Amino acid sequence: MADEVKLFKVTIDNITVEVPAGTTILQAARKVGGDVAPPAMCYYTPLKGSGGKCRTCLVEVAAGSTADPRPMPKLVASCRTTVMDGMVVKNITSSKVIDARNGVVEFLLINHPLDCPICDQAGECHLQDLSYENGKAGTRYEFKRRTFEKYDLGPYIQLHMTRCILCYRCVFTADQVTNKRQHGVLDRGDHSEIATYIKKSLENDFIGNVIDVCPVGALTDKTFRFKNRVWFTKPVDAHRDCTKCCGKVTLWQRGDEVLRVTTRKDQWGEIMNTEDGKTGWICNECRFEKKKTSDWVIEGPTKVSRHSVISANKYIDAIVPEETIDAVMGGRAPKLLMDIHKVSDVNDPSVDLSVIPGPATGKTFTTKSSTSN
Amino acid sequence: MTWLESIYLWNIGKGMLITIKHFFKKKATIQYPEQKRTFSQVFRGLHVLNRDEEGRERCTACGLCAVACPAEAITMEAAERQKGEENLYREEKYAAKYEINMLRCIFCGYCEEACPKDAIYLSQTFAPANYGRQGFIYKKDDLLIPDPVKDPEGYKKALGERAKA
Repeated sequence: MADEVKLFKVTIDNITVEVPAGTTILQAARKVGGDVAPPAMCYYTPLKGSGGKCRTCLVEVAAGSTADPRPMPKLVASCRTTVMDGMVVKNITSSKVIDARNGVVEFLLINHPLDCPICDQAGECHLQDLSYENGKAGTRYEFKRRTFEKYDLGPYIQLHMTRCILCYRCVFTADQVTNKRQHGVLDRGDHSEIATYIKKSLENDFIGNVIDVCPVGALTDKTFRFKNRVWFTKPVDAHRDCTKCCGKVTLWQRGDEVLRVTTRKDQWGEIMNTEDGKTGWICNECRFEKKKTSDWVIEGPTKVSRHSVISANKYIDAIVPEETIDAVMGGRAPKLLMDIHKVSDVNDPSVDLSVIPGPATGKTFTTKSSTSN
Repeated sequence: MTWLESIYLWNIGKGMLITIKHFFKKKATIQYPEQKRTFSQVFRGLHVLNRDEEGRERCTACGLCAVACPAEAITMEAAERQKGEENLYREEKYAAKYEINMLRCIFCGYCEEACPKDAIYLSQTFAPANYGRQGFIYKKDDLLIPDPVKDPEGYKKALGERAKA
């Protein structure tokens, strides 16, 4: 058969897999899975042309192919290098790769502000994971970190340019998913920054997806800003009929409040495909406007890796013991039961964080307590 | 048993001798609350929320104490610092509400370990007794250390004996 795709045998960290010709080393390694898959900060499968910028996915090619078994002279970016038959790749088994990756992480962190306690991305940040795996606790950088003038990206998207690692993912998204590009990287070198190019607000229906592709906290959801930490919210798969997009999303809830809506992501942090094989981008309406549980059909809790902080204190199939007070007290209300909402100011049912458009301020909470008293 | 033995005089005397001996021993008790025992250097008591040198709250409501807390005693709600509040809060986000349920707290000190901003510390006092459970929900006002600029004496007192000079 002529149209049959040729299968190449690749050995990655002593594990052999068969992949079709034209697959990149990164994708082949992801097929093996686990620690063998190199980390990627800029490469993003649904985005054409992404990759090759961050250098975190560097691997050593110990043998080029069966026909030419010479090793490649330098470490190669696995997201942009295709496999050859009989290729031998070393990722975590190579000390050269580990050293290089540690160096890359150190470079990425040179200008990163490390304001994780404030950043809304903390807990699902790829740079956090990467520096936890490959970084050093200290820094050797002695100079001032780069700063930028604050730039307003409209009511939905919050830009923190200081956190940006210039992966270009959002630029590719703006190019490929939305019809009109109003978004790009300006200037060069240390001064390069993501900008909307001559103060055009981002009004495209799908521009919200740049939040999901951002590996760090440079682009975050303004409607979710500071409302809760990611790991205290509960991810739930849900869908709705949307005329613009697939409508398949993950809701991040606190109780029954929907604090945030994102696309569904796979184990590599990339947007999942829907059943028809298309990338599950979602529109701005689904992402920013539908913040009520009644807007959505809930499918069930999202599967979260057990090692992720997001899975902390979340129990699937938990057996909740039956309320025994009624049976024991013969229907009488207990005299000494303390209602926590009468005492506590936190998670007050009268303050609905999901309906306020931006971050809460001191006023949000003070006006509430005066009405409830 | 002889008559002399049956009145137990000798045994009573022996018992009294033990009692009298204890009069001259060092007492095991102290006159609390006038007197207080010195705590161990690693004693973990009530929490305080720290301020920086300028009196701004250090806590940014990052939630690491709450996620580290094995008893799930800590809850908080964050707010964004507005223009004009820079003298109150150190960072752009702050804890608008911060509560520790002292009924749940087991004083393990994990919150102190987790805090990236040096904001929460366990002090050398323990939670005072209370008649109702309501009194054990400690809010931000109860936990915040006195302002070192406005109330240096109260701040110094709150730092305790362990504070480095």
